[in-house]
Amino acid sequence: MTIDLKTVKHISKLSRISIDDNKAKKLSDDLNSIFKFIEKLEELDTEKIEPLTSIAETNLKLRKDEIKSKNIREDILKNSPEDNKDFFVVPKVVE
Amino acid sequence: MSNIIDLKLFELVEKIKKKEISSNEVTKAFIDRSQKSKKLNSYITENFENALQKAKQFDEKPDFNKKLPGIPLAVKDLFCTKNIRTTAGSKILENFFPTYESTVTQNILDEGGIIIGKLNCDEFAMGSSNETSFFGNVQNPISENLVPGGSSGGSSSALAAKLTPATIGTDTGGSIRQPASFTGTVGLKPTYGSCSRYGIVAFASSLDQAGPMTQNVKDSALMLEVISSYDNKDSTSVDFKRGQYLKDLNENIKGKKIGIPKQYRVDGMPKEIDELWKKGMKIIEDNGGEIIEINLPNTNYALPTYYIVAPAEASSNLARYDGVKYGFRSKGKNLIDMYEKTRSEGFGDEVKRRIMIGTYVLSSGYYDAYYLKAQKVRRLIKNDFDQAYKKVDAILTPSTPSSAFKIGEKTNDPVSMYLNDIFTVPINLAGLPAISIPAGHDKSGYPLGLQVIGKAFDEQNILNIAYSIEKNINFKNNINDWWIN
Repeated sequence: MTIDLKTVKHISKLSRISIDDNKAKKLSDDLNSIFKFIEKLEELDTEKIEPLTSIAETNLKLRKDEIKSKNIREDILKNSPEDNKDFFVVPKVVE
Repeated sequence: MSNIIDLKLFELVEKIKKKEISSNEVTKAFIDRSQKSKKLNSYITENFENALQKAKQFDEKPDFNKKLPGIPLAVKDLFCTKNIRTTAGSKILENFFPTYESTVTQNILDEGGIIIGKLNCDEFAMGSSNETSFFGNVQNPISENLVPGGSSGGSSSALAAKLTPATIGTDTGGSIRQPASFTGTVGLKPTYGSCSRYGIVAFASSLDQAGPMTQNVKDSALMLEVISSYDNKDSTSVDFKRGQYLKDLNENIKGKKIGIPKQYRVDGMPKEIDELWKKGMKIIEDNGGEIIEINLPNTNYALPTYYIVAPAEASSNLARYDGVKYGFRSKGKNLIDMYEKTRSEGFGDEVKRRIMIGTYVLSSGYYDAYYLKAQKVRRLIKNDFDQAYKKVDAILTPSTPSSAFKIGEKTNDPVSMYLNDIFTVPINLAGLPAISIPAGHDKSGYPLGLQVIGKAFDEQNILNIAYSIEKNINFKNNINDWWIN
């Protein structure tokens, strides 16, 4: 399996990370060497093996759905890159 | 009191409790040395003034029942600290001030600890040399232009240079144990579920675990007691009875069966590391332990598995950095353009590489071939350990396949950088506890570490074995303060 420039562009789109053409070439080389390394797993027969999805195989505990932190809107909005007292602001999405 | 910084954490605690020294004196001593040590670049954010105030408050109303009474500590900048900037080593969080405290740092505060600053790390903990940090390389106090390991590189550097009496890091594939090994310090990765992940900037949620980094094993036991707790804010936190790790620490390893996995004898490993390993085995035998050869047949598949599972989880965890609610934002023509530019400019190359690997292995048509396959191999790796632990109580290996390398030596080849974690990654995949302790030097005088791996939730056992090895080895770090003019 080789990761060509077209695939790199496709992954970059899916990842929402813009990549210029110079970087795409280098990235394709890096990804190819990493995938060559990863593909060692193909040697193993895992047909009958159950996937391990969580190492802490405990049942999730239930808790009451209660509000614990109150009146933190101002503090939270302080971290937003575009300043506004009441809302998060994004570029216009509807004309 | 010029020697405060030379005292061990447990000695500082005793002296403060006996009122021989004040929290203010201790805090000031570590801050003074930190200010003289900027050349190491261990810190991202200093909290010195605030810390000195807290120390004075402690001295006015001391509580000597606390486990860290008025003790100053700098912590890895991956832990959210309320109102103290938390960057995860990334430009995208350059100006992020958490509105809440991580459980692990809250536990430190609750036991009387004082946060003096936030320590440098690889960006989002992705790296093995601290060279991916947006805030620059960190120097290893052992020698100039040597990496301190990673991702907890600021932590290992600050600890070895005595800028903090102890610290905490996080370990997803070796990020506590490898930097500890590179700096001649002790690093413990607890069992998955022992320390809460709440408030730790997430990298790979099924692998991430916080743990202590200290000058010695006794301090490690003390710190583990402080930071390990059940937490209902982390759904994978495990509600088990935590030990009194410090009180129960002892060097008696008589009758312990220690496994030696032959698969860890890798090609090209320096002779010194093999000799060190043998030295460790001899110490165990001399102290009444038994050495047993074991088989971990799937060891060679651990790194490829890790480089599917970790990036897959990272690509999902890092989707939240979109320039909307917090962090860096770039200007774009429209919403999508803003997302793409924000993430392109806000993340560094290694982080982007891993997000893209993760996105690819989870994408339609490739999920079964990569991600599902890796989860199956992860089961095989865990089964290897389960089988081995039917015969042995713990496992002894080297911590790393080499000593610390020069800054810039491995940055051009991601795969050679990944190979650093060959002995540490399998333990994260299996969720087990492991401790790295300094055990010798290579021919350049750089430290080398041994790793003791335990059964799940058997931290006391590996602390005791490490304690016994430590007493017999009597390791000394050669640090000559070259960075202080």
